[in-house]
Amino acid sequence: MSTVINSIPPAAMPLRFAPPIGGVAGTSFKPEHLPAILDGGARRGFFEVHAENYMGAGGPPHRALEAIRRDHPLSLHGVCMSIGGPRPLDKAHLARFRALVARYQPALVSEHLAWSTHETSFFNDLLPLPYTEATLACVCDHIDQVQEAIRRPLLLENPSTYVAFRESSMRETDFIRAVAERTGCGLLLDVNNVFVSATNHGYAALDYLRDFPLAQVEEIHLAGHAEQADDEGDLLLIDSHDGPVVDAVWKLYEIVISRRGAVPTLIEWDSKIPDWPVLQAEAAAAQAILDRHQSAAPAGDRHAA
Amino acid sequence: MPPEPGLSFAAAFAPALLDPARSTPDGVTGPNGKAAGRRYDVYRNNVTVSLIDALAAVYPAVQRITGTEFFRAMARFHVRSNPPASPLLFEYGRDFPAFIAQYEHAQAMPWLSDVARIERAWLDAYHAADAAPLPPTQLSAVPPDRLADLVFIPHPAARCLRSDYAAVTIFAANRDNAQASRIDASRPEDALITRPEFDVALRHLPPGGAVFAEHLLSGRPLGEAAALALQASDEFDIAANIAGLVDAGAFTSIADGDPS
Repeated sequence: MSTVINSIPPAAMPLRFAPPIGGVAGTSFKPEHLPAILDGGARRGFFEVHAENYMGAGGPPHRALEAIRRDHPLSLHGVCMSIGGPRPLDKAHLARFRALVARYQPALVSEHLAWSTHETSFFNDLLPLPYTEATLACVCDHIDQVQEAIRRPLLLENPSTYVAFRESSMRETDFIRAVAERTGCGLLLDVNNVFVSATNHGYAALDYLRDFPLAQVEEIHLAGHAEQADDEGDLLLIDSHDGPVVDAVWKLYEIVISRRGAVPTLIEWDSKIPDWPVLQAEAAAAQAILDRHQSAAPAGDRHAA
Repeated sequence: MPPEPGLSFAAAFAPALLDPARSTPDGVTGPNGKAAGRRYDVYRNNVTVSLIDALAAVYPAVQRITGTEFFRAMARFHVRSNPPASPLLFEYGRDFPAFIAQYEHAQAMPWLSDVARIERAWLDAYHAADAAPLPPTQLSAVPPDRLADLVFIPHPAARCLRSDYAAVTIFAANRDNAQASRIDASRPEDALITRPEFDVALRHLPPGGAVFAEHLLSGRPLGEAAALALQASDEFDIAANIAGLVDAGAFTSIADGDPS
């Protein structure tokens, strides 16, 4: 049975930035940018962190996150829950995730349609799964458990993949729509992942977006990718998060925003991290597109236009 | 536990990720029946490189000492034989110092595994729970006849490590782009690692100091720890050592020990 639990923050900890945060652009938070961010003071936008980096007991990571959280909305992005794996969720990890949600009251909480742990090994990568009735039931069960633990909806992110499974019996968009319908979770649409997977699997990104349940999208990711070749020498794109967003992804993003309305959008940059102004400029480019479409936002935001 | 029907994909996908001798798993494919070899290799590469990167993030001084190429080759062996069990990568590599100690190509650097142990403890101190260190005034308020039974509650970040080599000096010289200088590696050194606020601090312990600190940190009474430290070194100075430990933030509080 799927259980949908609405956002119920603990009474003692009121949300400073009650969701939804509307059509604002944010960036990955990297500790090396902290001095530059604090020098700039509070500004429009949000920061996203990988939950696992803040699962230590104390020390400088929590001090930095508290400093960021004081003036900005936060997006908590889990990368290791292994929601797409057949193994039962790691209860200790789920408890740590819940504790972070309670402590930092993030405006957005997300995880991946992927797996990373099997038996006793953690592989530190977002590994793919076949799309079947059996995996659908398993993923829904895992999301139910996460949402019960954190007492709010989770946003599930579409993956970038390099292989497909022969046993898959449904399209990724149908699988994701079914997950959202059964669990009540929201969706995080990574437009770069759509572009990467479409290239790697030989379909049109626009077809994928046409089939994607856009109404459930509550956050968007944009990132850079790298180019390699497959066995046949054809282009294989790698979801590397190590450079600027390419023009084709910006165009897809504008199409998504024109259909969905303005939703929180993250510039994701995880390696070869640039100076803070470069990341800020990418976020400003996303904000400009969001601002062009603010009037198309859901009714609650419309009076601001 | 065997997977449920229809959920065997991970068991088929996982084993070749860290084993280059295994072939591409059955069941994965490119589009329109294209081969999946180089496609699956993207996952192999992501897993192996990201876990080597994780070890490099835990052990930057070791990597600076050995050079990147040597370090990554050594780390690759370790990653393949001992992948992490926890998704928290800052917990990874606890058995890496022991691996270094028996790694064939590192035998010319017998101090390297001790440097790695210091580096692992440094990161544990960095992530340890926050706690206020013991104010020195609390200690000076204890009546002299109660001192011998006094026990110290360790700070969550406090660690003591002993080395037969100059591991503390070598570690310090290879973190934070310090200037290289000649080091007599054969001089034994003991380290105290603490994090009284947010900055991890590393100190040399004087003769007898490690025996003293180890016993206090494991909850033994002050009198017993001091007697053992004096046995270890007749240079041991109890007043200087206790002041040094308190000043470093090794403890959070004191309590009367059990006189029995």
